[in-house]
Amino acid sequence: MAYAAARRMNDGSAARRMNDGSAAGRVILSVAGLTKRYAGLVAVDDVAMDVTPGTIHAVIGPNGAGKTTLFNLISGLVVPSAGTILLSGADVTTRSADQRARLGLGRTFQNIRIFGAMTVLENALTGLHARPQVGLLPTVLRLPRFRADEREAVTAARAALDLVDLGPRADQPACALPYGDQRRLEIARAMAARPRLLLLDEPAAGLNPAETAALATLVRRLRDTGTTVLLVEHDMGFVMDISDTVTVLNFGRRIFEGPPSAVRSEPAVIEAYLGPKVAARLAAGHRGGRGA
Amino acid sequence: MPPWLDDLLWTYQNLVYALGVNGLLALSMYVVLAIGQLSMGQAAFMGLGAYSSALMTLKLGMPFWAVLPLSMVTPVLFALAIGGPTLRLSGVYLAIATIGLGEVLRAVYLNVDMFGGALGLSGIPERAGLGLIYGALLLALVGLWLVGRSSIGRAMEAMREDEVAAQVMGVPVARYRMAALVTSAAIAGLAGALSAHVSSFIGPNEYGFEPAVTILSYVLLGGVGTPLAPVLGAWVLTLLPEVLRGFTDARGIVNGIIIVVAVLFLPNGLLAWRMRRRAA
Repeated sequence: MAYAAARRMNDGSAARRMNDGSAAGRVILSVAGLTKRYAGLVAVDDVAMDVTPGTIHAVIGPNGAGKTTLFNLISGLVVPSAGTILLSGADVTTRSADQRARLGLGRTFQNIRIFGAMTVLENALTGLHARPQVGLLPTVLRLPRFRADEREAVTAARAALDLVDLGPRADQPACALPYGDQRRLEIARAMAARPRLLLLDEPAAGLNPAETAALATLVRRLRDTGTTVLLVEHDMGFVMDISDTVTVLNFGRRIFEGPPSAVRSEPAVIEAYLGPKVAARLAAGHRGGRGA
Repeated sequence: MPPWLDDLLWTYQNLVYALGVNGLLALSMYVVLAIGQLSMGQAAFMGLGAYSSALMTLKLGMPFWAVLPLSMVTPVLFALAIGGPTLRLSGVYLAIATIGLGEVLRAVYLNVDMFGGALGLSGIPERAGLGLIYGALLLALVGLWLVGRSSIGRAMEAMREDEVAAQVMGVPVARYRMAALVTSAAIAGLAGALSAHVSSFIGPNEYGFEPAVTILSYVLLGGVGTPLAPVLGAWVLTLLPEVLRGFTDARGIVNGIIIVVAVLFLPNGLLAWRMRRRAA
């Protein structure tokens, strides 16, 4: 395990060097003017956001702030009403979700969406569809190319399972895993193809404090393998602990972006979460009382 | 061939042909259901293969080795035309569109002289036989088995379980849907051509809504875990009416009860086991 971790660290620094050297420069994801209107509701309203490679970037906001819609726009499951999405400098605004996956974008879901009937390993293997495929003819004829690809795929999938410590459960049916393990399996599946950017939609939801602490370690480990992490999360302790940058949404608008230390003292954020009265009271005299 | 086998084949010739053809039809349905889509057009695709091949044989006098592969062309073209607008939508649109296709084609066969109207086309020479029918079935079965036990099979199962999750994993779901429908139409067309060239007669009512439902029930009964399952379902449903001949008038009722009970108590089909999606 220690050896594997060390090896991954090496892979990670190599990957990060590649990211830094790419034409995209310092931004892996750049959204601008991103808007999604539903009938009578603007779920995401003119949002701009840049994600720096090699960082953990959190998106927070009260319920209904548009966080999940933002994730669905970025991953291609929802078509924006306006705005652009650049992934490593390439405009992917009109690309389908599967094309974006093949360009190095992985994601997990708020409500777990693993393939329950498959084994744990097969789940991780499906993540590898974001890599180039061998095609129908080599598959049907079982050419050496097919066999080599299958061997590589199994190796990569097992590495992804090891990353989340699910290696020993590879051959169990995925639906038999406990809840926390299913969450980690979703991460492994998304990590199998070694995405450049990983979107985690409320990864700590439903986890106990010990599991949340383990998740924080895991997310840092993912970043250290060279994957940039963008996450939506309600658990503030978790967010403040691991994030390099925090973007705050309210009613679909971006109201703040900055380091976690600055989020707590930002009046607009306090008002969004606690309402104008509490915000005013805090500003009047209670500042620093509870660290708010 | 020993004389008793010769006798048996002679007596049950039509049944033996039907088992092979229905097995192919079940596989054509399986290809679509295996990725979580529902097509009600398998009988229509079969009819396109049957009519186009019969016309090639009767009117153009083409040799069967050319007719057989060409019989897949017309259904594939129709699948492409129908799949283009409907496969981008999720839900029941494909099912509705393919029901429509079947009914439109039935009306065309009935009213256009070239297709023989209600009388259908008769006098089709018996060019296919046991070897071709079961050869095609075996080929389709092995092909789908090899595809199933590969990353393509994993993508298909992923789509069946959760299409959104599959797409986010990089599975080009639009391409898979179209490929499945086209493959399915080709297999059904082939089955149609083979059956037309062993039965000497084809008519418009053989390819309507009712046979489409029958083909669906093959797969519902058999299951989609492996390509073997739908073929087993087709065989059971083809043999059942023959086995139940003793029930005379109540035959249909007993047949129906057996199917309902099987679907209720075997939700994953007769053959519920799934293949390991790993060829390593």
